[in-house]
Amino acid sequence: MTVYLVRRLLQALLVVLAMSVIVFIGVFAIGDPVEILISPDADQIERERAVQALGLDLPLWQQYAVFLTKALQGDLGRSFVYNEPALKLILQRMPATMELAFGATIFALIIGLPLGLYAGLRPNSRFSRVIMASSILGFSLPTFWVGLMLIMVFAVYLGWLPSTGRGDTGTLLGMQWSFLTWDGLRHMAMPALNLSLFKISLVIRLTRAGVRETMLMDYVKFARAKGLSPARVTFVHVFKNILIPVVTVVGLELGSTIAFSVVTESVFAWPGMGKLIIDSINVLDRPVIVAYLMMIVLMFIAINLIVDLTYSMLDPRVRLESKGT
Amino acid sequence: MNMTAPTLEVRDLKTHFFTRAGVVKAVDGVSFSVGRGKVMGLVGESGSGKSVTGFSIIGLVDPPGRVAGGSILFQGRDLAKLSEEEMRDLRGNRIAMIFQDPMMTLNPVLRIDTQMIETVLAHKKVSKEEARQRARDTLGMVGIPSPDERLKAYPHQFSGGMRQRVAIAIALLHEPQLIIADEPTTALDVTIQGQILAEVQKLCATTGTSMIWITHDLSVVAGLADDIAVMYAGRIVEKGVVGEVLDKPLHPYTHGLIGSVPSRNKRGEALRQIPGMTPSLLNLPPGCAFRSRCPRASEACLTEPLLAEILPGREARCVHPHLEAPEAA
Amino acid sequence: MSDAVIPGKIADKVETPFRRFVSEFAESKVALGALVVFIIITLLAIFAPWITPQNPYDLAELDIMDGRMEPGTVGGAGFTYWLGTDDQGRDMLSGIIYGLRISLTVGAGSALIACLIGASLGLLAAYAGGRTDSVIMRLVDLQLSFPTILAALMILAFLGKGIMNVVIALVLVEWAYYARTVRGTALVERRREYIEAAQCLALPTHRVLFRHLLPNCLPPLIVVGTMQVARAIALEATLSFLGLGVPITEPSLGLLIANGYEYMLSGKYWISFYPGIALLITIVSINLVGDQLRDVLNPRLKK
Repeated sequence: MTVYLVRRLLQALLVVLAMSVIVFIGVFAIGDPVEILISPDADQIERERAVQALGLDLPLWQQYAVFLTKALQGDLGRSFVYNEPALKLILQRMPATMELAFGATIFALIIGLPLGLYAGLRPNSRFSRVIMASSILGFSLPTFWVGLMLIMVFAVYLGWLPSTGRGDTGTLLGMQWSFLTWDGLRHMAMPALNLSLFKISLVIRLTRAGVRETMLMDYVKFARAKGLSPARVTFVHVFKNILIPVVTVVGLELGSTIAFSVVTESVFAWPGMGKLIIDSINVLDRPVIVAYLMMIVLMFIAINLIVDLTYSMLDPRVRLESKGT
Repeated sequence: MNMTAPTLEVRDLKTHFFTRAGVVKAVDGVSFSVGRGKVMGLVGESGSGKSVTGFSIIGLVDPPGRVAGGSILFQGRDLAKLSEEEMRDLRGNRIAMIFQDPMMTLNPVLRIDTQMIETVLAHKKVSKEEARQRARDTLGMVGIPSPDERLKAYPHQFSGGMRQRVAIAIALLHEPQLIIADEPTTALDVTIQGQILAEVQKLCATTGTSMIWITHDLSVVAGLADDIAVMYAGRIVEKGVVGEVLDKPLHPYTHGLIGSVPSRNKRGEALRQIPGMTPSLLNLPPGCAFRSRCPRASEACLTEPLLAEILPGREARCVHPHLEAPEAA
Repeated sequence: MSDAVIPGKIADKVETPFRRFVSEFAESKVALGALVVFIIITLLAIFAPWITPQNPYDLAELDIMDGRMEPGTVGGAGFTYWLGTDDQGRDMLSGIIYGLRISLTVGAGSALIACLIGASLGLLAAYAGGRTDSVIMRLVDLQLSFPTILAALMILAFLGKGIMNVVIALVLVEWAYYARTVRGTALVERRREYIEAAQCLALPTHRVLFRHLLPNCLPPLIVVGTMQVARAIALEATLSFLGLGVPITEPSLGLLIANGYEYMLSGKYWISFYPGIALLITIVSINLVGDQLRDVLNPRLKK
């Protein structure tokens, strides 16, 4: 078990390093780094000073070393626009993005699992066909357009939900969270739903496929031969078996969801990391871009690792084998 | 002949599968009975309909198949006419089934105790502790040591033989009157097979449970069963007491089966095989289904033979049964 | 159900694989309908200059006084704005049809280039095996484990905006799917006898690859390709919506939608709504066709 863990951590480290190289090359090597790293309205003297300070006159590999050392200390540059450490900006906005991503995941499971279960148990019913057709829509429809439509219907015409922004927040563990207030929840509802659409389709399809496959298994027939009630057969025997792969995929998709929140955050003007990065790309605020990319990679790797560990905890076959029975 | 009523009496059972390619008559007019405490060996190749017969009795034939005719009398009730609720009441309770591959029949993500306790609780209102105790007792009955540890384990932690014992234990939880075993030892190796057979025999003798042992392996049947029914292409072609049938088979198919068992052949002789293949159940030839492979076939075989009592206590579906003395084995 | 060959019976009609493919495809009325819709859309896009009442890119033709008019109003030039106008006075209908052009070109174009690159790499990996294979597959895995939108964002952040950069970004994001699919099929096909035969004939490698191996890897490639075109179109639309895609002067559907975003809240829905519908219909029809293609071309699903 520990060998496995160590190996995974080393792999993760390699990926982060590779990422840092890519980001470094992208920002410092392509194009004119002087142009892009120094605020466009600096005059000549400031420019020279900045070049010295940033070490842009040093050979490239030395620049990378500087970049890496600074990065390890948590210094990823200062934003041109906000004039604050880029990392701090990102971390400030992380809670907003995280709760959106988690909200979307929860929606996906709450809506997707029952629908997928039904579609798998009664594949030929009318409702199942509707479900499957909608799932195609789910991953065809461009998220941003659906978001716009949601705003139009629920905010403009019906006036039930607020259209944009985050609303009131509460404090927990020193960070601001929307889900702690009712107003915050109202603001969160549509963006979370919007973000979840793709995953709902995914979960429906996975669950349905899993159910259809599992129902054919001998242990389901055996469970029926024991005289167990259909409810128990479905919700204990079948469900537990499909839950594992579904949760794994959803977990792995979490990283993707966080990345994808850039779109939803833009549509709903949700002040998370995603909106920040889009704005930053548009105004060429490079330090923020660098900070964002590094953070995302780290989160990604962390999520993958946690999901892998959770999977081995959930599936008894994997868990016990690794302990060497 | 036992004087008490048989536990199970199957009369003219028909189970058909309604597929897009046509109607597959997997079981086409099967009749037999199993007495109290007796073991009936249901023998045949794959595709003969023996497993489907077992599933038909317990009511687990899935669409596109269903029981299309006949009656299944179990303790006076016709199982073919019961509702799903009533059948569920019987399953795992009065009638139990053991499947072929225990790895696939035990749910891999649930613990053994969960799978046993749920069976107890499905039919009796007892506390979880009592259910656990019952599970422990049955594990002991099938010869599993240290049952407490085993209960907490998962199926994949057991060997094949152990798993099958667990499956048998589950079948015994409610002391059923009938156990249907569908090739339970086929996936196990020979020594384990022998052990399990011996234990099962002992159990049936002591508890008075009737058993239907479905298999393609004649040697298993020889040591275990009291009666034997040989199936071919969905029908019974020979029936009788096991010793007599195996010693003096009447039907050419049974004759061929016995002849093809390796242990029966003399060293150096070519293995005797039944030529040809089982016919597709979609396109059964007219007349006797075995006609195309039978060395004794004649014009008379073009009309379908009926299952008739050729000798006292011996039935066969053939117009040319082997009535002469058997060949020197 | 196995296809039993009845000896001695000669088929009464020559059924080529292609004909069977077409008839199986046509079994789904929905997919057939989707295909028709898609063909119509493509034709609209190709013949845009001839069918639209206005050229939305020609600033001379725009009258800003006609801006933000509701669908159905008649404009200064005398023709009806069937789908309304945007804030610049652009006729939405014309804008949409021209926008389709951009969306389709970028989407299909990038998919095609990505396919060429990806399929070649996949074939190479499968055929060469060993280290080449592992290196290429590592790259593929790396690419695929990265969320597409993020990769596209990164690339555009480094390269800057513009149509060519969008195409580059899309290609870099998509090639891996093709590579993986082709490699998978090629690995299976590679062991088949006809490849051995071709090798025995000492045919040059590139010939074996392209004339013998590739044609048999086509079915899954076609399926993946179709779905990828839809994805590329959606991705380009998303990027344009975020302001990172095509330039304002030649708006694709995504950009049109972005333009209308601010007017949504004041009830002028048509500026975003109709381009959105056009985008939707395009993507959904391609996906439906792709779905049916997959069912038809996948031998494992055949009953």
